[in-house]
Amino acid sequence: MRSLFPQLEPLLARVSKPVQYVGGEVNSVSKDFDAAEVRVALMYPDTYAVGQPNQGLAILYEILNGEDWCLAERTFTIWPDLAELMRSSGIPQFTWENHLPVRDFDVLAVSFSTELGYTNLLETLDLSGIPLHSRDRGSDDPLVIGGGHAMFNPEPVADFLDAVVLGDGEEASLELARRIRTWKRDGRPGGREGLLLSLAQGELAYVPAFYDITYAPISSSCASAAQSQDLTQVGAPNGERSCDFALDDGVKVALDGEVKVALDDGVGVAQRPPLSPIQSVTPNRPGVPATVGKHTLMDLDNWPLPARPIVPLSETVHERYSVEIFRGCTRGCRFCQAGMVTRPVRERGIETIGKMVETGLCSTGLDEVGLLSLSSADHSEIKEIAAGLADRYAGSQVSLSLPSTRVDAFNVDLAQELNRGGRRSGLTFAPEGGSERMRAVINKMVTEDDLIRTCETAFGNGWRSVKLYFMCGLPTETDDDLLAIAALAARVIETGRRVTGTRDIHCTISIGGFVPKPHTPFQWVGQASAETIDHRLTVLKQAVIADRRYGKAINLRFAPGKPGIIEGLLARGDRRVGAVIEEVWRRGGKFDGWHEHFSYDRWAEAVKDVLGEGALEWYTLRERKRSEVLPWDHLDAGLDRDWLWQDYQDAIAGAEVYDCRWDGCNDCGVCDTFGTDIQIGPTGRKLLPLTVAPAKAPVGAAPRAKEVC
Amino acid sequence: MARKQPPQQPPPVQRVRLRYAKRGNLRFSSSRDFSRAFERALRRASIPMAFSSGFSPHPRISYLNAVPTGMSSEAEFVDIGLAENREIPQIVDGLNSALPTGYRILAARELDGSPELPMEASKWLIATPGDVSAQIAELNAAQTWVVRREEKNRDVDVRPAILSLVPVEGGFELISKLEAPLVRPDDVLRALGVDPALASCKRLEQGAYVNGDVVSPL
Repeated sequence: MRSLFPQLEPLLARVSKPVQYVGGEVNSVSKDFDAAEVRVALMYPDTYAVGQPNQGLAILYEILNGEDWCLAERTFTIWPDLAELMRSSGIPQFTWENHLPVRDFDVLAVSFSTELGYTNLLETLDLSGIPLHSRDRGSDDPLVIGGGHAMFNPEPVADFLDAVVLGDGEEASLELARRIRTWKRDGRPGGREGLLLSLAQGELAYVPAFYDITYAPISSSCASAAQSQDLTQVGAPNGERSCDFALDDGVKVALDGEVKVALDDGVGVAQRPPLSPIQSVTPNRPGVPATVGKHTLMDLDNWPLPARPIVPLSETVHERYSVEIFRGCTRGCRFCQAGMVTRPVRERGIETIGKMVETGLCSTGLDEVGLLSLSSADHSEIKEIAAGLADRYAGSQVSLSLPSTRVDAFNVDLAQELNRGGRRSGLTFAPEGGSERMRAVINKMVTEDDLIRTCETAFGNGWRSVKLYFMCGLPTETDDDLLAIAALAARVIETGRRVTGTRDIHCTISIGGFVPKPHTPFQWVGQASAETIDHRLTVLKQAVIADRRYGKAINLRFAPGKPGIIEGLLARGDRRVGAVIEEVWRRGGKFDGWHEHFSYDRWAEAVKDVLGEGALEWYTLRERKRSEVLPWDHLDAGLDRDWLWQDYQDAIAGAEVYDCRWDGCNDCGVCDTFGTDIQIGPTGRKLLPLTVAPAKAPVGAAPRAKEVC
Repeated sequence: MARKQPPQQPPPVQRVRLRYAKRGNLRFSSSRDFSRAFERALRRASIPMAFSSGFSPHPRISYLNAVPTGMSSEAEFVDIGLAENREIPQIVDGLNSALPTGYRILAARELDGSPELPMEASKWLIATPGDVSAQIAELNAAQTWVVRREEKNRDVDVRPAILSLVPVEGGFELISKLEAPLVRPDDVLRALGVDPALASCKRLEQGAYVNGDVVSPL
């Protein structure tokens, strides 16, 4: 197989950060393409700087390359400057290791941690010379497979993907590669369709093409109402429909049922079928299951990966060795998709963590360790892990970080322990909701006094600033809930000044717009409009500015509401949204996670032109009925639908739900569905000492930097 | 409540100058890219580095005149301070097995504190897409030759920095002064009317300028 590098090389002198494209990093694996039976191109749909540190990709890379018959190379979305030069020179999308054409691989596996990567999928498929639509691909084209959290609703990209793997990829990716090997060895029985059918029937993957979607019929009298945000009765069993709806938040919808549409051949007036919810999702091949479940990896200690992650040469967003100390989270925050779709909690043991850190640092030469998970301070032996690592690496210049946002003094103690060596990391707490009422709605069980006590501990231990995370646009939220954030921040500053006796105290308030996600109790809610978000943020900003005593010590950070609406469209969209994504890409949309490339107007125009006036609001602002078939209902994260609905009702009522690790099962349904169980310690074991003997320090001198390897 | 200063780090017990090459694809790496890779290689090779004192101790490393991004080099230099003595071959071999392909330690020698030769000049081999001997003759004959650095929107006179400029097979060899304002090979290429993106530049040597040639500090 011929490398594209000689053709690519002259172009690199003309583009920004060319080093990101050259490959050859420490721990990258280069195998003989022709000798491998199964070749997988692993892709993260963003730049190298963003995608390379991705844990999922690193794990699958080691697993697949660990088999002598299998080969995995990496590819990322190419920045527009080089992509343009490649198109004009006829050079296709390449892999990083050997600069081979992606189109020549058996599989293009794409990891979606965010919906904003969808246009980059199309950009990469196009640059690869792979047909955009699954239905147009032939026997020579790779299978295009999606994975990652966003794929718990892959429907917006269903037309572009051949298959989707739900949940943990460790075992599933290996099994997938084995199936492809067998299929190739057997002479490709049934062709492409035969392979996909075996993946679907074997419940290894979801194959969107094997499901027919029908939409609920709409009576003409209510046609326009179907596009409003407040359609209450469409699809209801009794067939009655209410056309009474109220518009608020500045939402404008066309009421005449006829919308002007820009067509390719000019501007015309077309009758658009109004949108209605899904009526049914039906398998269209024999033996294809009605619902597809996620994969769950048990016993993380059997999979101590990544062990030898690639060490990037050019700068990336994270440059640390990360160990996932547990997977899953059952805190039950109702807005959090990750916490819902990754259940149950499965801890890595303290000994495995210790070994992984040791081998990871030695294999990479990195000097920073991150202890990752959805809520790292919740590991049953986190105290022992933190103390053990701090002891082991004291004086070695290795820094340890625990990305935890838990609001309690224990979290401060952990930070204190991990920062023993000197360098002090920032402290971030995430109350998420400003008022006590709001926090009850989202099940973030933190009282204001908890937060103040936590900040007291932090300031008492020498911190001068804290960062607080909140969300805006949560269900049932009012302006008062945002104003509560300002009051809370003022109390934090006041506490800090009192504890430290200095005025040099700062508080950063970081606010994200809430986007309802599939498989959460809030999957039914109407998203707050961009206008609502912007209004509430203005109210908060004014309150902070007006606070003469504390306002100057509060640093408010937030983003405008519009991008969240597009994220909401892609998060809860159905297959009809695929045409919008394609249209946006055709109009130049890509790198939607980047300010300089994202265009709300381009998205909004494309939605209107493809799906009609009011469609954007229909997908985002509209509250769904309990009976409505949701686009992801046939994809099973294990969460019982009735349980989710009940949790939603509890949210509205402000009723809390407890963590099943400590307070008994809540019957969310996940463990029953997949035969899994919580795996937590304490194991009572100790972090093993390093295998290298510690160096003797000369008497009277500070101990020299300890060798890590 | 000021935080207590961490204890002073001891000074290095051994100082070593390394000569390294930056070759092939890694010519696209920047000096910052190299320094990250180099620090990681020092750790992977378990070289006992000395650290600076203070809240953010850094390994004692100093770089001399790094080559511009996009150009390769056979003559880059870096000094390191060690906390324990190591044999020179051990350092070189350890680093070479830990560095990514494309970076290579070529030589090393202990710095004993005696005065080092000044870094005065840099010698380049530059491959150009066509013959440039006529332009070279013209530039050599001139007293001044101003080119525009588009990216910085600044003019620079390249002529005073040129110590020697001779055509060779496939391009030319350049010896230029290592002093401010630093004239780089791409400035000279522009002076010769060649698009720098079409040329490839390799540093062959840098060091003292003695008898019309560049003498390596290593």
